[in-house]
Amino acid sequence: MSLSLIWGWFTDPANWQGTDGVPNRVLEHLFYTGLTLLIALVIAVPLGAWVGHSGRLRWLVTGANAARAIPTLGLLFAVSMFVGPLIKSDLAFVIPSITVLVLLAIPPLLSGTYAGIDSVEPAARDAARGMGMTGWQVLSKVEAPCALPLFLSSLRSATLQVIATATIAASVSLGGLGRYLIDGLASRDYVEMVCGSILVALLALVADGVLAVIEKRAVSPGISGRATRVARSRARNSDPHSEPDSDGADRTDPDPRQAALVGSRSTGPVEATAATGTPSERDRT
Amino acid sequence: MIRFEGVTKRYVEASGTGGGAESVAVDDLTLEAPTGQITVLVGPSGCGKTTTLRMVNRMITPTSGTISIDGRDTASLDVAELRRGIGYVIQHAGLFPHRTVLDNVTTVPRLLGTDKRTARSRAMELIERVGLDPAMARRYPAQLSGGQQQRVGVARALAADPPVMLMDEPFSAVDPVVREQLQNEFLRLQSELGKTILFVTHDIDEAVKLGDQVAVLRVGGILAQLDSPARLLADPVDDFVAGFVGRDRGYRALSFGAALELSLADEPTVRLGATAAEVRAVGTAWVLCVGDAGEPLGWVRAAAVESEVTTRVLHRGGTVASTTGSLRALLDAALSSPSGRGVVADDDGRLVGTIRAAEVIPAIEARRDGVGATTGSGTHAQTSARPAEEATAR
Repeated sequence: MSLSLIWGWFTDPANWQGTDGVPNRVLEHLFYTGLTLLIALVIAVPLGAWVGHSGRLRWLVTGANAARAIPTLGLLFAVSMFVGPLIKSDLAFVIPSITVLVLLAIPPLLSGTYAGIDSVEPAARDAARGMGMTGWQVLSKVEAPCALPLFLSSLRSATLQVIATATIAASVSLGGLGRYLIDGLASRDYVEMVCGSILVALLALVADGVLAVIEKRAVSPGISGRATRVARSRARNSDPHSEPDSDGADRTDPDPRQAALVGSRSTGPVEATAATGTPSERDRT
Repeated sequence: MIRFEGVTKRYVEASGTGGGAESVAVDDLTLEAPTGQITVLVGPSGCGKTTTLRMVNRMITPTSGTISIDGRDTASLDVAELRRGIGYVIQHAGLFPHRTVLDNVTTVPRLLGTDKRTARSRAMELIERVGLDPAMARRYPAQLSGGQQQRVGVARALAADPPVMLMDEPFSAVDPVVREQLQNEFLRLQSELGKTILFVTHDIDEAVKLGDQVAVLRVGGILAQLDSPARLLADPVDDFVAGFVGRDRGYRALSFGAALELSLADEPTVRLGATAAEVRAVGTAWVLCVGDAGEPLGWVRAAAVESEVTTRVLHRGGTVASTTGSLRALLDAALSSPSGRGVVADDDGRLVGTIRAAEVIPAIEARRDGVGATTGSGTHAQTSARPAEEATAR
């Protein structure tokens, strides 16, 4: 097989028209991906935010992560067998496909949301409460914006996974870019299979790029580290504002992802102290 | 005024099957933090000082007892409303990393519904007031040093102009030089604002420096002594307090006494650029050099001057005491001076005269004989009468 065969496939007008054409398959693929992510977000984000905010039921996150080990294709056939006979329409295939994809997307989103909220500096959270923010205000005005980088990176990885895995929908006779793989395999048309794979990879890259741009726009420069970099380059040229303090004016700000790993609290001692007051109330002197 | 009445906080430690051991964080505390003054809670780890502080804004709920602010029981107020009316400063500042300095400072006014413009213009005032460059307002916390972050923390707590402030080890995470700056500016700010402040620290020197009154707590949340700093140093009630207050109590207590009268000696001076002959003509081994405005610059060893007095030959080891300063500063000026003559300047920094250590001692003795141990300088004097009976209230 050579590149010219692939080139030939992509430049063949027949492959760009009709139900089986690239545009339609891409749209179908995007539809499955979008729907899956929407449902997964609706489930995972509130749950992860609540676990991170309250510090309760952390085993949910661990459990969801363990669920990543379930083989997606096997699950798809299992769900199809159970659900298929109950429904008499195309939905008999759509529901199982979306279900397994949602199950695939939930663990990263759940742990990303949880880790993001959990990694918020305890002092900032304490200050927020102490200044008179309600629980909801602490979550929406402080925890959520601070959790954004970790959450968005989990969204990116979930998106990549779903786009790549949504190809399995074709194995239960649905559309999407998986059609090229399944049909190509059935008819031993390896060129079609390779071209289908290329399309999936391209779609994943484009989606990741779009999310990267969103991430850049949405995350506060104070967290992403952009502000620090700007200030440093400015300071290197000349600092017109003399700093009243002598202590390290160029504090490095830690990579938020790393901070999350270091900062994630262990579950042990907190649950061990069932006290009359909540653990966070404990005197730290 | 913040008033604690019989406040106790107990924790139940879970230990396997039911029940569990009880630990007492704060034990039957009765205490009053007077309006417009700084009350410092100080004690070793586990003395419940932070618990005590956090019970005021109900970050922690007392097990029993009442806490009132200006006569209103805090338990009867809406918790968010209560907290918005209390300035809260914590150890690591706790700034919101995603907000600029300006938006951090406007937090509470915005929660209270102040419109953005008013909140921001007030915030700008405060940012300058705590000693930050207005250009800092657009920066993010990650771009600030620890000391600057703490200043923003103070500005943020002051933003809604609360009558009461709670400060939990606000200066303990910065280096000693910055800490001293922050402490001094905090005292200056407090002299302008007159807030009712409850201040927690583990550092007895900080407590003594900042407090109008100091409450020493012992492990288990028991109030050991409540007194003015001067009395705390002069008259610890028991071995625990004496041990906690630490060494050099006699010397440190001199910080609170201004000299009643000083016998200053005139000091001949030279200026920068004076010739070796002029310096030697003074006739003493060390000669004081002053600047154009009469401000002391440093001592010159007459024998060391080759042609003329330059800044290079100045000895800068001596400290300068102020005529209105403490006995401690006077004694230190005398002890640190290479000539043995301590340099004393007026409030504008101009040389007034010199004093020897031997002449400071009589001033110290005179103060002891004249007014006893209760004398404090400035605001310290006001609190010294009351606390004795309160310390025994528990």
